Amino acid sequence: MAGARLVTDDTPRGIVQVLATGIGRVFISLVVPIVAFLVLWAGFLFLRDAQAPKVVIVVVAIVWGVGGTALLYVVSNWLVEKLPATWRNRVLPFVFVGPAFAILTFYLLVPAILTIINSFRDATSSQWIGLDNYAYAFTNPDMLTAIRNNVLWLVLGTVFSTGLGLAIAVLADRSKLDRVVKTLIFLPMAISFVGAAIIWRFVFSYQPEGQPQIGLLNGILSTFGIAPQSWLTVEPFNTLFIIIILVWGQAGFAMVILSAALKGVPDEMLEAGRIDGATEWQIFRRIILPTVWPTVVTVATTIAILTLKIFDIVQTMTGGNFGTNVIATLQYKQMFTFFDYGRGSALAVILLIAVTPVMWYNLRQFRSRGM
Amino acid sequence: MKTSRTSLVLVNGTVILLAAIWTIPTLGLFITSFRTKAAITESGWWTVLTNPHGGFSLDNYQNVIFGGDGLGTAFLNTLAVTIPAVVIPILIAAFAAYGFAWMSFPGKRILFITVVALLVVPLQISLIPILKAYLAVNLNGTFLAIWLAHAGFGLALATYLLYNYISQLPKDILESAYIDGASHFQTFTRLILPLSTPALASFAIFQFLWVWNDLLVAQTFLGTNKDVAVMTSRLLNIVGSRGQDWQLLTAGAFVSMLVPVAVFLALQRFFVRGMMAGSVKG
Repeated sequence: MAGARLVTDDTPRGIVQVLATGIGRVFISLVVPIVAFLVLWAGFLFLRDAQAPKVVIVVVAIVWGVGGTALLYVVSNWLVEKLPATWRNRVLPFVFVGPAFAILTFYLLVPAILTIINSFRDATSSQWIGLDNYAYAFTNPDMLTAIRNNVLWLVLGTVFSTGLGLAIAVLADRSKLDRVVKTLIFLPMAISFVGAAIIWRFVFSYQPEGQPQIGLLNGILSTFGIAPQSWLTVEPFNTLFIIIILVWGQAGFAMVILSAALKGVPDEMLEAGRIDGATEWQIFRRIILPTVWPTVVTVATTIAILTLKIFDIVQTMTGGNFGTNVIATLQYKQMFTFFDYGRGSALAVILLIAVTPVMWYNLRQFRSRGM
Repeated sequence: MKTSRTSLVLVNGTVILLAAIWTIPTLGLFITSFRTKAAITESGWWTVLTNPHGGFSLDNYQNVIFGGDGLGTAFLNTLAVTIPAVVIPILIAAFAAYGFAWMSFPGKRILFITVVALLVVPLQISLIPILKAYLAVNLNGTFLAIWLAHAGFGLALATYLLYNYISQLPKDILESAYIDGASHFQTFTRLILPLSTPALASFAIFQFLWVWNDLLVAQTFLGTNKDVAVMTSRLLNIVGSRGQDWQLLTAGAFVSMLVPVAVFLALQRFFVRGMMAGSVKG
């Protein structure tokens, strides 16, 4: 990024005078962006078609990605600084904000509009079919199962992750072991849902009765002489067992954030409660909970959004079999197995509609805060 | 404090029990990843604790990394995907955040409102149109395709978080820079970027874990071809085709967890901050 300064400050005087002439300026203003563009284009082609060893690609990727992005800003800033002051002040903000907005437009804004349009068209997006895709989404038995499962995920996943997180945060704060305990419970947060699903497939693993059980749960059952259970194939309980994996992963997230909120409860209020003879439960219910409630809502909202879009866990655990599909796994199936872009789009729009209350809330918060 | 001795024991007991429940599944997988295929199917992993009778080997790791499943290649692919997919959006978002925080221009408010609205948009809404666009320019299945996709999906959150931080920086520092004749560009590179290191680091770790652990974006834009597929894709493939080969799955899962868990343990403070700030990603 030091390049911009080199060009403007340290160039020898003689050259500067030549460039100061109108023709020189125009020439340079054209050449620099063209050269920059060519360099980036060459990098793009190399990365798109590269056959080089992986390490080389990674290094080029980092240099191109980071350097190229920086180069774009340096060149456009350099160009804008050539403009007269009034125009410079008008254009410069768009040099800063423009690239981000262009990417957001290309990757979210325009696709969202296209997806909404395609959700009213057929599998290949060639004909208008009205609300047929939505009619399918709300009548097809697989879809109804998926919607039911998503509601289970939304309610149980959110309530148990947040509730357990809060309980552990409260308990750990009163224990001397809080650091170790919190790290152990938070750790699953770093593990991918695919990894988590493999961990738990092993816990739920089932062998027919009489064979050695290698899954933890059936191992426990067999020591009590109870017949092994096939946890993942019995609808709708299998979805409940899969939700446990989400709770295992997300309770740590809830715990850490709520634990920070708990530190914000004023000690004087707790002391006052104790002096008045309140029990620990009353103190929790009447003093602690109301104080941290806004944080509880934030955490619950975050986990709720996650449960609506849940995909990886289900895909890895059962692939959506045995009635465990959710909207996102069916959407994936419509896209890549049936190549029905109309239905796939309609399912994506349903997910979008499901998060609009949160979007609306965020916008209201922003409006009340101002800019 | 009137916390009695018994209630302290009760609290500690509960907390230890919970930590144990949280850790045992991972421990089981870890132990299993060092057992031979025969040992895994003959007895539960917990029998090892009372009767460490052999049946251990490092072959699982050797097979899974260098063998036909090529998780070693997948590991490199994941690195190749993750590093640029973290750095590119941060740089772009930092510029935008500075623009929103310290420059005035027409349409600023409506542009920023769009960023806020896009925060929770589920990325599923974008998959089909972007896939079509990528296929049209022959970009699908390349690293470039997935970097840009991750940059696009992470950008709203990155801009929002960095705006929150950069707009809170003390006004006088910036004003004295302007008075000294610094341009916006110089102020940004010399002053704002260094001052924003904590926010940049928090988002970097958040995005790192998100990209490293992602499955859906990788499956869609990079695909399952062994040359480019990331670890989550490869693991899903093994689950689907050979779900009973626990010796591969357990070792493979551990290889994939190694980096994020190390990052997590080393940078827990930043991680927590990133989590707290970034708890609304779409």
